[in-house]
Amino acid sequence: MGQSKRDRVIAIAMLMPTVILLAIFVYGFIGWTGWTSLTNSNAMQRLSQQPAQYIGLDNYTNLFSGLLNNRFRIDLVNTVFFTLMFIFFSLAIGLLLAILIDQKIKGEGIFRTIFLFPMALSFVVTGVVWKWLFNPSSGINRLPELVGLPPGNFRWFISQDRWFEFNWQDFPVIVAWFVVALVAVIGAWLLLKRRTQIGAFILAGAILISTWILVGGAASLNIMDRPEKHGFNVALFALVLAAGWQMVGYTMAMYLAGLRGISEELREACRVDGATELGVYRHVVLPLLAPITLSAIIILGHISLKIFDLVYVMGGGDNLFIDMPGINMFFTTFRGQEFGQGAAIAMIMLIMVAVVIIPYLVSSLRGESKR
Amino acid sequence: MNKKVLFFVLLLVSLSLFAVASAQDVSGDLEIFSWWTGGGEAAGLDALIARFSEMYPNVNIINAAVAGGSGVNARAVLTTRMLGGDPPDTFQVHAGQELNALWVAAGLMQPLNDIYTANGWMDQFPQGLLDLITDDAGNIYVVPVNIHRSNVMWYVPGNLENWGVTVPTSWDEFVNVTCPALLAKDVTPITVGENWTQIHLWESVALGVLGEEAYNGLWDGTTAWTSPEVINVFETLGKVMDCANDDMNALSWQDASQRVANGEAAFNIMGDWAAGYFLVDLALEPGVGFGWAASPGTAGVFMMLSDTFGLPLGAPNPGAVTAWLSFLGTAEAQDLFNPVKGSLPANTTADISNPDLYNAYFQSAYADWTSNAIAGSLAHGLVAAPAFQNGFSSIIASFQADRDATSAAANAAVLALQTGIGG
Repeated sequence: MGQSKRDRVIAIAMLMPTVILLAIFVYGFIGWTGWTSLTNSNAMQRLSQQPAQYIGLDNYTNLFSGLLNNRFRIDLVNTVFFTLMFIFFSLAIGLLLAILIDQKIKGEGIFRTIFLFPMALSFVVTGVVWKWLFNPSSGINRLPELVGLPPGNFRWFISQDRWFEFNWQDFPVIVAWFVVALVAVIGAWLLLKRRTQIGAFILAGAILISTWILVGGAASLNIMDRPEKHGFNVALFALVLAAGWQMVGYTMAMYLAGLRGISEELREACRVDGATELGVYRHVVLPLLAPITLSAIIILGHISLKIFDLVYVMGGGDNLFIDMPGINMFFTTFRGQEFGQGAAIAMIMLIMVAVVIIPYLVSSLRGESKR
Repeated sequence: MNKKVLFFVLLLVSLSLFAVASAQDVSGDLEIFSWWTGGGEAAGLDALIARFSEMYPNVNIINAAVAGGSGVNARAVLTTRMLGGDPPDTFQVHAGQELNALWVAAGLMQPLNDIYTANGWMDQFPQGLLDLITDDAGNIYVVPVNIHRSNVMWYVPGNLENWGVTVPTSWDEFVNVTCPALLAKDVTPITVGENWTQIHLWESVALGVLGEEAYNGLWDGTTAWTSPEVINVFETLGKVMDCANDDMNALSWQDASQRVANGEAAFNIMGDWAAGYFLVDLALEPGVGFGWAASPGTAGVFMMLSDTFGLPLGAPNPGAVTAWLSFLGTAEAQDLFNPVKGSLPANTTADISNPDLYNAYFQSAYADWTSNAIAGSLAHGLVAAPAFQNGFSSIIASFQADRDATSAAANAAVLALQTGIGG
């Protein structure tokens, strides 16, 4: 009894420094940034030692509807498309490579190393190299010439084409429909697969929200007074390829570890039951890899939401077709020296990353406590 | 009589001893903060430091240069250090609003008028430059080391002859005459690079279209940003961009200049650091391998920018800084630095006519510098505060994509209002 009490004291004493440092340097500064984002703090004010004024949520309103913050809205749309494509690309190619390497081929170690190598580079190096490769007049566009074909004419990272254009004034409606779809899917899943009553209530809720949207509830949330076009910038393909090239090796390694963890007996049993090779993957291997996919999504997701160096190097900083919130935050804070506005962008980035990571943390913590 | 001579000799000896002693007195660390980390800029700074160390052997110089982002990174570090109460001894800053709107306005710089009068610089620096760096109370806060010209149009004389075009004297002529003629010959009429070079082009177009007075009026509030003339500036910029290479965002300024030297393109608008690039990196002969003119419609106006050093309040070693600044403004220091960096000396007593130091381009630029009207550059921090520059980058980036002159001008008007330009 005395022993365990002393252990407890020692454990707490050992943890204290970390807890205190974290509390100050992570959570304390997050709080500070949050406070700054509610003020009009800027370099001029700080240098002349005047107090920053509290301006409420003005910085945020400005970002989402201000005349001059068009750039932030472009960044937001870019980030969403880039994250989705980057995660999909890295997962798909990574899984494919892992399965291929898992076929007990000769020289497996060499291939594994080759695919993992890009991970050893920094995004800055990747950015420089791919900037040269993607240069429309001297890069990979010239490759077809080697076999006598006309050179490619895709503009890569300087392309100014835009697909799926929409008006920012419709943004609240689009978000609302997205939420409805998500709620409806969860409701339907609960009702049909789990056969719980709650599903029906959730579905009813989804229908309620959609009527609200249809009568114009969401549209009335719009605060922009003039139309503003946004959409999927085609230049992002270049960014996805470069970032994907770097991170594919990583997802491959994760999947490979997962594949090695699936016992041969399980696959044998499956084959004995008459499953084809494809069936083995579809019904046994892939479901067992689901937790790995989830971890990979979390890690890739937070990389892509915070990406800075690759874009900065490739776009020179002010190429709006591949611009990301991180770059805007840096420029607003340090080039424009508007600390309050910059802090607001940082907080929105934090919220986006939190949306990705917190559900994962919660579910894994719950899993641990059950054990 | 003899006694008098002896007295004078003794006096001279003791005075010279005193002078030596005062050079010995200056000691300690001297931290010089800049963004000169490569090429001629870094070599020029090294030459200055070497000579200064000979003069003041007891001073230990710390060269605290921060690389990247044409100074953005250095300014970020500088701001952090100033906020944290840890200023460097002296730091590089562009003359004009980059200095005044922030450091001087916040009361963080020390006036240097004493150094100016002690060295007789009030007569040695051109009046136009002194006007730009003097505040309303008559205080001067920095010592300029160099002068650059922003509104220069570069070309290869022989190529223009082959293509049958002449150097345009207005943007209208460029858009309506020069550009179609060159396009017909399958030559890129003008090369432009990434975002900041587009702002650089904008300021030349603005100066050419508006004229000196109205251009200066943008910054003191007498020219309205939403006026038809300013909208016309953006419209002209759009037409010029239509004549330009379509891979702007993929090019650095060097890439853009090189296309002119290679004969792929006819013209390029760039500051006169391009002269150093043509001369040293590409080994071309001034007047033959490359030629220059004031950018269209801006003849008789010298759009300038200048790198300067100042003395921040709370600098750890003000004695050494005073010695450093007194050295920087001298003709000797300017002749050490500028030929290597590729810029004009700000001090008029510098040895400009010496062809070993200053090449044909700089001799002609110097003639303009001493005779032309002077305007300030936007892209290089002279006329507008950093907040405006940052916002303007986004406006130009949007404009480059959508070419909407009216909304660009309207956005610039809002930005000017928000950042206190012309107020």
